[in-house]
Amino acid sequence: MDKEPVILAFCCHYCAYAAADMAGSMRLSYPSNIRVLRFPCTGKIEENHILAAFERGVDGVMVAGCLEGGCHFLEGNLRARRRVERVKRMLGEIGIEPQRLEMFNLSSAEGPRFAQIAKEMAQRVAPLGKSPLSKSEAEVERGIGDMQVEAMAEIQGGSK
Amino acid sequence: MIVADRKKIPEIRDMVKDHDRVLMVGCGTCVTVCLAGGERETGIMGSALRMSLKLAGRGKTVVDECTIERQCEDAFIDVLAQRVDQYDAVVSLGCGAGVQALAERFPGKAVYPGLNTQFMGILESQGVWTEKCAGCGACRLGQYFGICPLTRCSKRQLNGPCGSSRNGKCEVSENTDCAWQLIYDRAKAMGKASMLASVAAAQDWSSSNDGGVRKVVREDQCIAGMGPKA
Repeated sequence: MDKEPVILAFCCHYCAYAAADMAGSMRLSYPSNIRVLRFPCTGKIEENHILAAFERGVDGVMVAGCLEGGCHFLEGNLRARRRVERVKRMLGEIGIEPQRLEMFNLSSAEGPRFAQIAKEMAQRVAPLGKSPLSKSEAEVERGIGDMQVEAMAEIQGGSK
Repeated sequence: MIVADRKKIPEIRDMVKDHDRVLMVGCGTCVTVCLAGGERETGIMGSALRMSLKLAGRGKTVVDECTIERQCEDAFIDVLAQRVDQYDAVVSLGCGAGVQALAERFPGKAVYPGLNTQFMGILESQGVWTEKCAGCGACRLGQYFGICPLTRCSKRQLNGPCGSSRNGKCEVSENTDCAWQLIYDRAKAMGKASMLASVAAAQDWSSSNDGGVRKVVREDQCIAGMGPKA
């Protein structure tokens, strides 16, 4: 087991992913335990994607979508927020702290905001420590890699 | 369609806690449409159950998932026959009929419900389902202009409305339409409101909760030697 909680960021291609890119271009630092996973829209993120992350030993999940009213697909981010709330309730039933999951909104021009929400999420998960389902660092990283491949296949192929 | 919703994870976990290999079976019919027990929901529930069992110290319990076209018909359960042999227990994400069909088909296997079956209803709006039919066995919708007071009136009044209908809503909840307001509005729109002046006879419940489990038999469709049973 490793010491630092691993946080997976499900990022919308049209905002959070670009903002993360901008944060990098601006040389802004954000916690190194954030792993970014790109989706075409947060509306594409289903409950099983989030649960799969926790099952694979990730310690926290942040879903980052466009500003409300600014979704490229009109209301994908609004759907994502409702799904996140539903998964939070399910996490409580499972026995995992719901605070390990959060939804954020930002625009593609907000590099500093991406760095800020990444820090906020890291600070939120830090006191909770590793997930009760935590695995070794290598297993978690492999799981995230698998999720990246699966997400890409879904995006390109339409379904898993 | 039959509408259901999921059971809480701890309830399912407690049901299967003594088993080592669990197969969660979804159904591709009604419960897929009401987003309770289709392929996607089976994946979600399977993942949640695995995590819950692990946290309860049962991390070695295997939970696999599969979804069949229809659980309430034996021919569709065929595809499960060999696979079920590999498991100690089955959690059905079908309606109550599906759970019982699996239990009948696999006599030596523990079969548990993963859903709470609610009612026969329709999709009212995205994500909202409402009850429309009580399955009374003696439909009188023609008499009530297509709106069932037995199902949709909170007091099941056949001669309504009661005195507590306010602004088209039922006293039970401001979110519940008064079925009799709906019946009257529809009758009026059709120019037949006067028909509601006649007193309706009491419901004949002999076709419903009377005489045990109900059965529908089409003798012309039965295969010789295979039914109907007396």
